[in-house]
Order: sequence, then C-alpha cells, then structure tokens
Amino acid sequence: MLLTITYTGKQTRDLGYLLHKNPDRAQCFALSFGNAYVFYPEVSEERTTAALLLDLNPVDLARGKLGTREGGLFDYVNDRPYVASSFLSTAIARVFGTAMSGRCEKRQALADTPLDLTACVHMLPGDAGLAAELFEPLGYSVTAAGSVLDETFPEWGGSPYIDLTLRGKVTLSRLLNHLYVLIPAFDRQKHYYVGKDEIEKLLSHGEDWLAGHPARDKIVKRYFAMQRSFAREAISRMTGEEEERPASREERERRLSLNARRLEAVKDAVLESGAVSVIDLGCGEGKLTAMLLKEKQLLRVAAVDVSLRALERARQNLQPDRMPPSQREKLTWMQASLTYRDERFSGFDAACVVEVVEHLDPQRLPAFERVLFEFAAPRTVVLTTPNRAYNPCYPTLAPGALRHEDHRFEWTREEFRVWAEGVCERYGYTVELREIGDLSEGCGAPTQMGVFTKCG
Amino acid sequence: MRIEIPAFSLVAMIGATSSGKTTFAKKHFLPTEVLSSDFFRGMVADDENDQSASGDAFELLYEAANKRLSRMKTTVIDATNVQAQSRKKILDLAREQNVHPVAIVLNLPEGELLARNAARPDRGYPAHVIHRHVSELRRSLKQLKREGFRFIYVLNSQEEIDGAELVRTRLWNDKREEHGPFDIIGDIHGCGDELTELLERLGYAQGAEGLWAHPQGRRAVFLGDLCDRGPKNVEVLRLVMGMVRSGNALAVPGNHDVKLVRYLAGKTVQMTHGLSRTVSELEQESGDFREEVRAFLDGLVSHYVLDEGRLVVCHAGIREAYMGRGSARVRSFCLYGETTGETDEYGLPVRLDWASDYRGRATVVYGHIPQREVQSVNRTYCIDTGCVFGGRLTALRYPEKETVSVEARRQYYAPAKPLAPEQEPDDLLSIRDVRGKLYLTTALMPGITVPESCTASALETMSRFAADPHWLIYLPPTMSPCETSPLEGYLEHPLEAFRYYGSRGVNQVVCEKKHMGSRAVVVLCHSPETAERRFGVRNGETGIIYTRTGRRFFENPETEREILTRLDAVLTKTGFWTDFHTDWVCLDTELMPWSEKAQALLSRQYAPVGRAGRDGLAAAVAALEQATRRENHPFRVDGETSGQNADPAELLERFREKETAMNRYVEAYRAYCWRVSGVDDLRIAPFHLLACEGRAFSQEKHVWHMETIKRYCTGLDPIFMATDYICVDTGDEKSVQAGVDWWLSLTAAGGEGMVVKPETFVAKRQTELLQPAVKCRGPEYLRIIYGPEYRMPEHLARLKSRSLTRKRSLALREFALGVESLTRFVEKEPLHKVHPCVFAILAFESEPVDPRL
Repeated sequence: MLLTITYTGKQTRDLGYLLHKNPDRAQCFALSFGNAYVFYPEVSEERTTAALLLDLNPVDLARGKLGTREGGLFDYVNDRPYVASSFLSTAIARVFGTAMSGRCEKRQALADTPLDLTACVHMLPGDAGLAAELFEPLGYSVTAAGSVLDETFPEWGGSPYIDLTLRGKVTLSRLLNHLYVLIPAFDRQKHYYVGKDEIEKLLSHGEDWLAGHPARDKIVKRYFAMQRSFAREAISRMTGEEEERPASREERERRLSLNARRLEAVKDAVLESGAVSVIDLGCGEGKLTAMLLKEKQLLRVAAVDVSLRALERARQNLQPDRMPPSQREKLTWMQASLTYRDERFSGFDAACVVEVVEHLDPQRLPAFERVLFEFAAPRTVVLTTPNRAYNPCYPTLAPGALRHEDHRFEWTREEFRVWAEGVCERYGYTVELREIGDLSEGCGAPTQMGVFTKCG
Repeated sequence: MRIEIPAFSLVAMIGATSSGKTTFAKKHFLPTEVLSSDFFRGMVADDENDQSASGDAFELLYEAANKRLSRMKTTVIDATNVQAQSRKKILDLAREQNVHPVAIVLNLPEGELLARNAARPDRGYPAHVIHRHVSELRRSLKQLKREGFRFIYVLNSQEEIDGAELVRTRLWNDKREEHGPFDIIGDIHGCGDELTELLERLGYAQGAEGLWAHPQGRRAVFLGDLCDRGPKNVEVLRLVMGMVRSGNALAVPGNHDVKLVRYLAGKTVQMTHGLSRTVSELEQESGDFREEVRAFLDGLVSHYVLDEGRLVVCHAGIREAYMGRGSARVRSFCLYGETTGETDEYGLPVRLDWASDYRGRATVVYGHIPQREVQSVNRTYCIDTGCVFGGRLTALRYPEKETVSVEARRQYYAPAKPLAPEQEPDDLLSIRDVRGKLYLTTALMPGITVPESCTASALETMSRFAADPHWLIYLPPTMSPCETSPLEGYLEHPLEAFRYYGSRGVNQVVCEKKHMGSRAVVVLCHSPETAERRFGVRNGETGIIYTRTGRRFFENPETEREILTRLDAVLTKTGFWTDFHTDWVCLDTELMPWSEKAQALLSRQYAPVGRAGRDGLAAAVAALEQATRRENHPFRVDGETSGQNADPAELLERFREKETAMNRYVEAYRAYCWRVSGVDDLRIAPFHLLACEGRAFSQEKHVWHMETIKRYCTGLDPIFMATDYICVDTGDEKSVQAGVDWWLSLTAAGGEGMVVKPETFVAKRQTELLQPAVKCRGPEYLRIIYGPEYRMPEHLARLKSRSLTRKRSLALREFALGVESLTRFVEKEPLHKVHPCVFAILAFESEPVDPRL
C-alpha cells in the first residue's frame, strides 16, 4: 500500500520534475479500486522522498466490484488494502506513467541519468531470498526486513511479508519499470482479468532487461501465475525460441516415468484379462482413460470420479468433442463415489482403481470393498497403491511422511497382501500381486499392483 | 351398458377412424388420462394427419404412457388399435407395468363410418382405409381375450356408445382406508394349538359360535401358508375362514394355499412338502367343506395395501413397484418371492434378497422364509419364525411394531435345512439414496428439495472428507443473524432478535452466551459393543467428535479418544447412563479455542491481514506524520495539480483511524486463540442434548437442555463447561433491557455475543416454522467477519444493506433435516434413511450464501 522513492544527491527536489508531481502538494488520484495519494514526506536539497499511498476500499473489494473469486478478493478480511500487490503496479503505471516512459521535457538529461535512488516497498508478499533473486541481478543492493506473523503467538511462524528496500544507481524510469513488473511476480495474485494484452505490457515494460534476467522464466511464470500459456508465449517471444524445460527436469522425468510405467502396467493387465469393457474408477485427469480409449480391444470405457473438478479437467484433457466418433462412442462419464453402491458400475469386464484406495478413510474400506467386489463384481480388478516401504528412497520425503497430504494410509507389501487376500476370501476372487517401477534393495518397487480375478 | 374398469388400468380404445373414440374418451376420462396418437403426431410434426410421423409419435406416446403407469395413473390409448401388432405393444406395456389391460371397442357399421368421414372436410380418409379398418376390427374381436385383455367391452351402435356408463372399481388389494390396529400373523402350517395360544396372548377371545374376535376391535392379518406339515390343518382353516368372513381378519394366500386350491380343483399335484397331511385331514370332511375351503383360498388377493399406503402385507414379499397392482407377475412374486432359478445344497431354490434393495416408504410385513428371529431390514419384517419346524409362531402388532411369539409345542416337521440365523441389516449405502435431485419429507417441513448441483458437490465432500457415515447421525443447521440493527454504529443488536420472536408470538426467549470456538458434534457410546450394535461401527471406536461439515474434528485420534473417555467418565459418575436408560448420547457443542480448528485460517488469513495491516498502516502513518511535520517546505493545498489536491493532515487522521481499527481487529481475534498443549487446554461447552437411546430431545425446552447439561456434563471435569444463559420476556421492557445489558457486558468483555432461541426447541407460528435460533454478534467480534475497518461510517452504511432471506430459509430446512435425521436414527431406521437427511444438510451448505451471515 505504500511505496517511497528517495533521491539523494544534489538538487534532489528535481525528483518532482522526474515524477511530474509537485513536491509542494499532496495529490489524490481516483482509481477504479480506490484512491492513490502522492506526497513528499521529506524535501530538501540533499534528500527528497516521494510517497505513493493507496487507500483501497475493502467493502468494494468484498462486494465483488473488483477482482475475481479465484483471487479470494471477496473476503472482507483481506490483506489487499495493506500489501504491495498488482494494485500498486497499476497505481504506478497510472500515476507515474510518464516517468516510467522516461520522458521529462524539463529535465530530460536527468531522466536519462542513473541516480542514487532508494525504493521502499512496504508489505511485499514474499521472502528475502526471492527479493534477492529478483532484484540483485538488476544491480540493486537489497534489504528485506521480515517479521513474525503475530508476536503474541510466535509459534505461528514468520510473517509472509517483507519490507523491501532497494538501493541502486539507476534511472528513475528503469526503477519504476522494475517495480511494475516484479511486484506482481511476488504474490502472483492479480486483481484484474489477465488478458492476452498483458503479454504486450510485460514485454514493453521488461523490454531491455527481462530477457537477460537469470530468473526470467520464474518471473514470467509468476507474473502469469494462472495463465501458463501466456507465460510460455511471452518467454518464447523474448528469447525467439521454444520454451526451455524447467530446471528440475530430471526429478520430473523420473516421476513422470513412474506414472507412465504404472499406467502402462495397468493397461497391459486389463488387456491381458481379455476384457472388452473397462471402468476407470477414480479417473482423475483422465490419463489412463485416454490410453484405454485408444485400445481396439476395448469397446466400452467408463471414466468415473467423485470430484466434479477432476472430471472437468479430464474432459478438457480428453476433448471428447474432438475425438473420432469410434472413440467417443466408447466413452461414458459419471460422477460417482466408490463408497456408495452404484448400479452404473455393473456390467464391465474390468475395473481399474489406480492410486485411489490410499485416499479412502480406512473406516470406509469395507464399504468400498463391497461396492467394488460384491456388487460391481467385474471379472477383473486392477488396483494399484503406493508401497510404503519404498518411501525412504525418496530423498525429499520426511521420515514417516506419506507421499501425498491426502493419503490416509500407505501400505507395505505385506499389508497390501493381507488386505488383498482378505478381499479374495470374502468375495471370491484370486489375486496376483506385482510391483511397478525400479526395485530398490530391501524396499521393493515404488508402486504395487494387484490383479484380481473373479473365481468361476 | 355399464363399463366397469379397475381404478388403475391401461385402456385401449379400439375402433376404425371416425368411430368416435376421441369423443368417447373425452366424455369418460380426464383429458390428461387420454394419450391420442393424433396429438402426438401433431407434437412431432405440426400435423395431426401426417402418417409419416406415426413412428415417432407412437414412440413418444408409449414413453408418456410408461411414465404415467409408473406413477399408477390410469391411461387411455386413443388410437385405432385395430391391428394385433399395435395392441401387442399396449399389452406388453401392461405386462411390464403390472396393470390390467382393458379393451373398449367401438364397432360401428361401415356405412355409418363412411358417411361420417365424408362429412369431415378437414381430414377425409379414402374409403378403402375405412374399409380396411373395419375388416381388421372384425377379425380382431375374437382375438382380444386370447391376446390378453382382462376386460373387454364392445359397443356395437351409436346408441350403445351414447348410453354407456363408465364405472371405476377399486382394486381388490386396495384397502388404504383400513387403519388397523392389526395383529399380523406369520406362517401357521397347521399349528392350531400355537395359533389359539397366540390369539389369546394377543387379547382375542372366542365368542359365540366359536368365533375369534378382539374386544378392542383389533384385527388379525394372516400372511398365508395356513396348512401343510402341521397337525391341525382343518382347525386352522375353520378358524381363519371364520375370522375373515366375520370381518375380524384379513388374509393373503401363500404358496401352499395355492397348491391346495389346485388339488381341490382336481388338478394333479405332488403330495410333497406336507400337503398329504392336509389332504388326509380334508378327506374326513364333507365335500361342501372342501368346496368352501377351495372357494375361500381361491378368492384371496395376493397382497393388501393398508393404512393409507403405509402398510403392505403379503406372503413372500413385494417390490415397491408392484404394490397396489395386479398381474400374474405381481401375484407370483407375492406368493413365491424372487428366486435365481438355481437350487442350493439342500435342493431349495436360491432366493434373491429383495428386502435389502427395498427403499419404499411403506412398511412391508411378510413371511414365507422360516428364520430363527424376526428379520427387519429396510422397513420390511419377515415374521415367519418356523413354528412348524419347532420354532415359534409370531405376530407383529401394527402400528406398535412389537412382536408377540409363542413357542412351538414340538417340532412337527423337519426343516430341509437349518433355520437361517438372524441377518445383519445391510448398511451399505446406495448412490440412489443421494444422487441427483433429492426430495425429502421431514416431520417439521414436508417436501424439502435439494438441487442436483448441491448433491453433486456434497457427494465429493461426503466421500472424500467426511467421517464414516455410520457415525453421522446429525449435522447442525446454519444459523442466521438477527435482522440488521437500525442503531447507529451497530450491525447487529439484540433488540432485533427479541423483536423477531416477539412479533411472532414468542414471548419467552432464552439468550445463550455464544462461545467463540468451533461447532463440534459429539457422539459417545458407553462401549465398543454399543458402537457396533447401534451404529454399525466395527473398528473398536466408541465415539466421534465431528465438525459441522461432518469431518473429524481432530486429526490426532488420541485427542479424540481422550476427550471421549473423559466424557464417559463424567457421564458415568453423574449417573447419566442409568438415569436416561441409554448407552449412547449425541451432544451439540462448541469447542474452544477457535485456534484449535481454525489454525489454518488464522495463519493464512486473519493473522497475515493483521500483520500487513498493522505494519502497512504504521508505515503510512509514519510517512504522513513526516510529511505534516515538514517545516522547511510546507504543503499547499490549493493551486493546480494533475490530480486533486489532498490534505496530508486529513489523510493522517484517516490513516490513524484505520490503524486503531486494525489494532482492535488484532485484539479481537487474539481473544479467541490460546495455546493448546494437551486436552486439558481445551474447553467443550455442550448446549444441546440431542439424543440418546429411544429419545431425541427436540421436544424439550432449551432451559431443560441447559440445566440437564449442567447437571450431568459439567462441573466435574474442567474441560466440559456450562454455558451462561438468561431468559427474556420479549413483551416486558425491563426484561428486554436486561437482555440488552447482558449482551453489552458479554461483548464488552471480548465475547462473541449471544444466541437467542425461542423457549421451545421447535417453535411455530401457526404452521410457519420459526428460526430455531438467531445470533447477535458483538461489534468488536464482527471485525473479524466484516473486516477491521467495517465500523467506519462510510463502510457501515453500506454493510447494513444485507439480505437474510436465503440464509433464513436454509437455516429452517437444515434444522428440519437435522431433527429428522436424529428422529430416524432414534427410531432405528436403517442407515440409508438417516444418511440422506445428513447428506442434504451438507448439500445445502454448498449453496452460495454470504458466508458472513
């Protein structure tokens, strides 16, 4: 909500010319989301400070005149009026637009000269590391003062905000452009609808410095937090080439390949069983469903998830409207829960339950078992779940932690075997247990799979 | 001619074009009962005469007919129907829907038809069409009976048509007006001694001519299988026939009775399953008696729908879709039940378990399957307790739903296989109970509809985040605030709450201190056995503490277990379990501190706003102070600028005011947070004693709840605390002022405020259900709801326009559902009857309503 810019040197009052704001006056600018004030807390020969202060109306924010529901701006209890966010960027562009462009009829030479400038951005959401990473390559000396969230309850941890001070020898226009682009890169939440023209804005304000910034990709991605495709386009336009793979490529590939191997193994097991119809229970984003649809052997594929959002994403990924009719006609969708008996689950040769059981409350496993094995009762059930014994092989996983925060349990191979054999006994199935992924000595593979076959 | 048709039937109008079918149908049936092919041709093709549209039109017509018949609505098919193939569709539909097919034929001379047709300028048919219709009709007339029409009426002239009188006769199985009370008696199989003993136990006595009757007019209902296997078949037949004929009993047939009829009618039957005993007894009787028995048994109706549709009786069971209908299939289901066609290792047919799929509202009482105990599943009761096999003869008293049994004097017949032991009721929920648009009927509010969008999102919440539905017997309703106060500086004030109730005729209200914590429902069983028997929870847990959205309150199961153990100790010590004759209890409570459940909210939202607000505003105030102190270079507030002139002094004052508001906001939320290092630091304030075995306490007044909780729950263990309350008379100014003062003192001390409730748990003005509670929150507390600066006049004026309508309507529906779910659970309704109520509350919580209300 508050940005100050201090010019130290000689005749520092000229800051007023550069900003096109008279140091003798305090001024108010009405913006769509509230008022912006410009005033000078100090004016002297050697040191002049200009302040840009925002006064946002929290009731406007909450009553939906501004912002989007996604951004959480609907809440009356909201940090937006008090932090440095995209509102501040917008205000900089509106109030100091001419200064940003570097034009100054009365002091053009000064405008073109790097000056001793200090900028203080109050309550910037972020941490000192990010501040250094973003601003130091631009030649600033960076101070980031943090705090605790609430001094009465130190156990609640640190404040998510910093007071950022930048010192550097830089033209005013450059400083303002840096702030304009980088402030929103800190908190990734924008108060306005981000359209494609935002790419142009970013490219023009980052014209000569962003392309060569070592953290360029990070900045652009954070700037377009919700619009990945915009970020990709901006980066490729800046560099004139295709987007680079992210740094954590190896780690991602390793993970991707486990998932790919898992889905491949599930698909093979389904095909081996001779099934011509299959139901993907807990289809998530539809990766397995897509693979199954491409198999000629399968004439009917149903995708099921309890989450409407997951189904929506699966639909976006699979694009049934663009599928050839032969595939589209195979496919049905439904929202359903694996703990409610459901007639729609019946009549499939095979069911896939990939990385799903570990998300169920153990108390509800009996219901799940009955829904699947007693009532849906497909000839084949292919079920995968993590092998807990493998967890120590993940260097980033804390000891004893589960692989996903929504996992209610993870089974060792022994625990899985006991459960699977119990199911077989109760519902008349036989099971073959397999492992998926690279074996680690003593721990087994990361994923375990049970292929259940109905007796008789 | 008098045309009698069953009150529920599928009528085929049969006649050539121009024979007056439409006119006839219009005269004798409701417009909505008649589905005319012309109408459907018009609907699909804009032209009633477009014969090319007939295929599509009939498809729609049969679809519409099917839907009507599913709802038991009499339906008339107004088409020529002169061809056997078109009638076959009607007959197939009738079979499918178990409805009597009726044919009404208008058989007019060809000459008259031709004359009429010529007089119709709009739609003349070629003469050969009429000729064809007439000849097809002639050929059809003899076929109708063989095709399967149960009632056939042929009208041969216009005079007959004009003189026809249509009478709808009630179906034999429809005895809705009979409300009982009944004593429903299971399979007797000739156990005459046990039958008379049972009747005596039930209070029946033998009067003149040996007739059995009940002095209070109760009536017996015999579920069939009167004979075979047992020793006194003729005696039983005499007794039952006498009671039925004299109006003291009703009877439905069993499979044995039907077989006996076939024998008595001279058909060849195998003398197996004990029939030979009956036959040898009957051979001692006169031929008249045998004929009497045959006529009696042959006249029995497969099932009865009684007591306004609330009770259905039959021998072997019935599906909901068959109730009140008549067809060979319905009759066969009622007599034999449903079998897979396979036989088990004893050579007996393998039965399909229709009862576990039963979801109907009517209570079904049946027999046929001998079992050790009465089986009660999904509002069905199987009361054949195998008397003839040495078990017991059982009666179910209705509406009391109590069973009365007498032991068999001995085993008269060896069972082919041992009697089935008691069955576990099926507690697996079906998606049908919660999917799509839900309609629920509650005692407090009939007809609550839950939109599909809500049930879809609730399905995810319930499946992924909520606790095991076995534990969820209740969810608390949302609570509306009082109307917005016109008083300056206040958004909410108790005067509005008192006015709400006072103006609706509620004079006595109870004000309860509102604890700023999190809502927590506590279910506690005295033992794991209770949890298993009563809740179907089999993992050794004895209870649960869950949030208003059905999630487990504590991530750490140890914390939950410790609290439950301590509560059990308190209830044991205070004698609650014995005083209330219960071994489980459900409490509605507030659990503190708020920070225990809301830590994420605090860390992600409340505390950061406080941090950013205090530091940001402090920086702004400091900069403005510096500017106003700028002596070397004073500000000018006139002159030209690119914006508007602003006065730093004014700005400073404004930002200081914001800073003060922010500090008070931080103080407000801090008051509801404290460090918790163990269960001892928690506080639980029960305020409703919701239910225990056999009782939901929604009839008790709030003062009773408060005092009972004080007596049994609090004072022994400091984590359980009582809630302060006062009573206010809304008509008494002094009392109202005392209420306001109490609220002021609560809120001045940092309290959240209070909840105002009518004296009774359920309050109504005539038929209008009133809010079960409204909350009045304190002005400081509201900073954490409406934002730190909400009390600044510019904001408060805007915030005062808020609408409570949706919130209030939701609160009422959720309240009605909550009381209903508890009642159903207490009345031992199966899980799938309790769960939809709880599910619906959760679904309503996904409706978009201002979360600050």
